[in-house]
Amino acid sequence: MSVRQSLLALLREGPRYGALLKAEFEARTGGVWPLNVGQVYTTLARLERDGLVVGDGTPDDEGRIAYRLTEAGRAEADSWWLAPVGVAEPARDELVIKLALAIATPTVDPYAVIQTQRGATMRHLQELTRLKLALTAPVDAPPASIGVDPELLVLEHRLFAVEAQLRWLDHAEASLAAQSASPVVQPAHTVPTGGTP
Amino acid sequence: MSDLVLRMTDVYRVHGSGPTAVRALDGVSLTVAAGELVAVMGPSGSGKSTLLNLAGALDLPTAGVVEIDGQSTSSLRPADLAALRRRRVGVVFQDLNLIPSLTAAENIGLPLELDGRRVSEARRAAVGALHELGLDELADRYPDQMSGGQQQRVAIARALVGDRRLVLADEPTGALDSLTGEGVLAVLRARCDGGAAGLLVTHEARHAAWADRVVYLRDGRVVDSTEAYGAPSMPRGRHTSPPAGMPSAPPPATTSPAAPASAPTLVGQPGERASEG
Repeated sequence: MSVRQSLLALLREGPRYGALLKAEFEARTGGVWPLNVGQVYTTLARLERDGLVVGDGTPDDEGRIAYRLTEAGRAEADSWWLAPVGVAEPARDELVIKLALAIATPTVDPYAVIQTQRGATMRHLQELTRLKLALTAPVDAPPASIGVDPELLVLEHRLFAVEAQLRWLDHAEASLAAQSASPVVQPAHTVPTGGTP
Repeated sequence: MSDLVLRMTDVYRVHGSGPTAVRALDGVSLTVAAGELVAVMGPSGSGKSTLLNLAGALDLPTAGVVEIDGQSTSSLRPADLAALRRRRVGVVFQDLNLIPSLTAAENIGLPLELDGRRVSEARRAAVGALHELGLDELADRYPDQMSGGQQQRVAIARALVGDRRLVLADEPTGALDSLTGEGVLAVLRARCDGGAAGLLVTHEARHAAWADRVVYLRDGRVVDSTEAYGAPSMPRGRHTSPPAGMPSAPPPATTSPAAPASAPTLVGQPGERASEG
């Protein structure tokens, strides 16, 4: 989905052929998500099938066909820029599942799961921070252009996401500790000890 | 690591006595070498503030040894302890760092003046400290004429003026937005890269990640510590190309760091609950 929308967004700036779309996409996203040319052309073919782009017809000297947006394609690209990206992603994160299972599994210590994960995640955050510092060097000059470089923009998104995982782990640990410190209350819907409905 | 500026060895700090005694620190060992920045994280009440007070010789351990530049804080007379604090240790708090009626340069020079140096000498050192941080234009401004981020950077300059090599920072970015906070961290990091020893207490993991080592405290104990990284092995610029013959792709290990040296006991036998790490 994001490749499709990204190609439409790039074509909104003018006709382009596939290899150029690939190069521009990669440059503008800091090279974090490499595309292969085949993927670009497959997507272009689908966009053409759906009436959102059209080939210019005449190949250039090197046999490349440029694509441009149709009316419908422009409308689609415009609405993508205007609308927020969906935020209600389905949560099927391995760590979430692992910790949820750990809490419910008597033979596993959820604190140990949290601690092991937190160490690993923290180390990863340190590595990302070093990458960021290398990008923003020299250190003497206080950051003036943070968030402008696409590579930095993408890297910082990752930094915040990893930080969020750490905060969630801390919170889960604190909640567990608070819960185990207070007496366990049986939920009201526990199976009654006799009689049938 | 040689040249340890701070060494805490099996440190205990108990507040109160009898049944109401609280073990704020429960056998903590920690070192910070020159050129090193160590971050301390942990929930409220885990002992972070106590640790910082002991490291800054504002408080003394109930048991164990805290050494600053090789001097045990417990072995000094009060006057010598005060001198040690004044000459060796700088502290940066979340706020209320600068004296409002003094300019940036006067604030920075104050510790030197208190230590008996001449005003002109203190001024010269203060201006030099500001220059090193690229903050020359702040020298004659009063705190209320500076932004929060500028005040914190001035506070770091003051913390490390003169012969002081140990800077203790207690949530120095707490009141700042993320970009301004990073500017403050950049200054702290640069001072440590320049040879200072830094101990940073923070609850923001993203900021702790600027440190060489991150120590987790819980209930007064160190429960985890990311190991020190070696000398900077990372390329310092984005266009650094790998040595000939080396693949240009980054190593795949970045997402799967090595397991901690002492992995906590994780899985128990069926029928028994694994012991809490």
